[in-house]
Amino acid sequence: MSMKTLRIKHSSPYVGWLLLAVALLVLAPAVLSDFRLGLLAKYCCYAIAAVGIGLAWGRGGMLVLGQGLYFGIGAYAMAMHLKLADAGPGGVPDFMALYGDATVPGWWEPLRNGGLAVVVILVLPALVAGLLGLAVFKRRIKGAYFAILSQALAAAFAILLVGQVKTTGGANGLNNFQGFFGYALFDPANKRMLYFLAAGILLVSILAMAWLYRTRFGELLVAVRDGEERVRFLGTDPANVKLAAYVIAAVLASIGGALFVPIAGIVSPDDVGVVASIGLLAGVALGGRASLLGPAVGALLIGYAETSLSEAFPGSWSYFQGALFVLVILLLPGGLAQLLGLIGRANAHRGSSVSDHIPRGVPRGKQSETEIARSASEEAAAR
Amino acid sequence: MDALLAQVFTGVSAGAVLLLIALGLTLTFGQMGVINMAHGEFIMAGAYTAYVVSTIVASTELSLLIALPAGFVVGGLLGLALEASVLRWMYARPLDTLLVTYGVGLLLQQVARDIFGAPAKEVPAPGWLDGSIPILGYDFPLTRLFIIVLAGLCVAALLAVLRFTALGRQIRATVGNRDLAETIGISTRRTDRATFFIGSGLAGVAGVALTLLGSTGPNLGTSYIVQAFLVVVVGGIGHLKGTIVAALGIGLLQAFLAHALTGSVAQVIVFLAIVAFLQLRPQGILSVRTRSLA
Repeated sequence: MSMKTLRIKHSSPYVGWLLLAVALLVLAPAVLSDFRLGLLAKYCCYAIAAVGIGLAWGRGGMLVLGQGLYFGIGAYAMAMHLKLADAGPGGVPDFMALYGDATVPGWWEPLRNGGLAVVVILVLPALVAGLLGLAVFKRRIKGAYFAILSQALAAAFAILLVGQVKTTGGANGLNNFQGFFGYALFDPANKRMLYFLAAGILLVSILAMAWLYRTRFGELLVAVRDGEERVRFLGTDPANVKLAAYVIAAVLASIGGALFVPIAGIVSPDDVGVVASIGLLAGVALGGRASLLGPAVGALLIGYAETSLSEAFPGSWSYFQGALFVLVILLLPGGLAQLLGLIGRANAHRGSSVSDHIPRGVPRGKQSETEIARSASEEAAAR
Repeated sequence: MDALLAQVFTGVSAGAVLLLIALGLTLTFGQMGVINMAHGEFIMAGAYTAYVVSTIVASTELSLLIALPAGFVVGGLLGLALEASVLRWMYARPLDTLLVTYGVGLLLQQVARDIFGAPAKEVPAPGWLDGSIPILGYDFPLTRLFIIVLAGLCVAALLAVLRFTALGRQIRATVGNRDLAETIGISTRRTDRATFFIGSGLAGVAGVALTLLGSTGPNLGTSYIVQAFLVVVVGGIGHLKGTIVAALGIGLLQAFLAHALTGSVAQVIVFLAIVAFLQLRPQGILSVRTRSLA
């Protein structure tokens, strides 16, 4: 890849970010009903996880098929805290009396403390992702192997949750939360506050990515994606770079999951399993996996499309999502950001710099048959 | 002794199901690097083929025997269609094939839901598979034995094709070195299509076999696909022998763990064991030593 395509310019993303901020913080609260705003808050939670996927998948080339695992860790930690807080000091969550022997298991107890719950939400996914990442990346497990492993872990997590009815609510999950750190959840004002919290965290996490992409780490991550061995030869261990990106993505997914619980009012194994995990990828692919705003905007669009399509034509969502995956990945691997980039390039004389959003590393143009064959045979030889 | 034998049998029959599903996957994965998530829906298509055949053919004794080749053809044709319409454009981006084929899988699921309805369908098993036969004091259900035999036959047939036919030699040459295969005049495009047909056809056969174990619904494939991929990864991508060992190993491990613990915990432990195993052998049970950097 030539130097030209590797160079990164930094001027325009903030304009897009500002537009998004105005839309989310000013426009949406002004025009949307409380119900619609609640839905938008839910999409924001998915979008926070999507921002992390953009980092790991778009910038790092790691196809993270199991982000539901980390989304679920955050969501369940928050849900358990809310259940315990609802039950009051020393109380027992309602469903435990229903399914079990009405005693709180020992591993639930730390989550009674709200501060500790927040620590768990931030630290536990980092630990899990760190351990898994170390195990996987240091052994140079990558590509499809990594994707399948991460997917299997999300599947295992969902199976585990379903199996433990007495302590996790089983397939029904945890629901019926009354309060959120002392704020009553039935109060519309508090729901709006939750929306602003989710939208604010989403915007901050995008800003953090904008900064991260400009750092040496951000450049290294792209370099690892495009030529892992070259980075190794240059004296940097690609495993560490990938590990850091994977951990950040996991923490973002966990934060999204934690916010999802009070906003949606429920979390169940369906929100963390294989289907939910791939669903998180849909928005990232649509928006543009390697662009700054693409993952978040894509996730918001997907959330909106799912709701409105399911309302208008029940059953059509599967067709839509399936067709979306096929068309976007096949024809527009850079997502909507690539489309904007194409327009940007057509309007180059106007000085538009939207083309910065074109993801690098996603092969542009058609590879020759021999190149394809060569890479395929190299892969076969590697086995 | 009886309990042990029962566990071994359960494990082997679970392994046989996994093997039937993973055979086709490892073929396409190994040769083209394509990760076909729609494989699960080809299984579903095979199962629905068995259902359709059973509604047309009055005799339940015969319908299974007709459904097996029919399932193979239906799965294979679906695979060919997928290859020709989508995958042929994506060989430069193997990782992206995973998401594209997942999308195709979603479409196929919804198509099945619209044609056959969401409720699961039952396919009547033929009378000659009713009951069980006692071996060493334990009653083996005939349906499970049939699946073990079927898996064995499929493996034998596949190995025979790969070893003794011209097509098999071409496939092995393409897997080994695509460029060299082309220089000696093998059309690797044609070989790819043939491999895809066979691999997807095997998914159809697996689907027909699964109707003996349970009912057929639109989500039939999704419940098996994750495990089948793990089998392929553990076995070493593109290695039939490794896949066989991995399928039986995972089946047995799961059967014994499920006996000792609960089913869900057993599945989780199997997943963790696989992560640990890949620490020892990142390339799977069988791998070719190489100095390639790819």
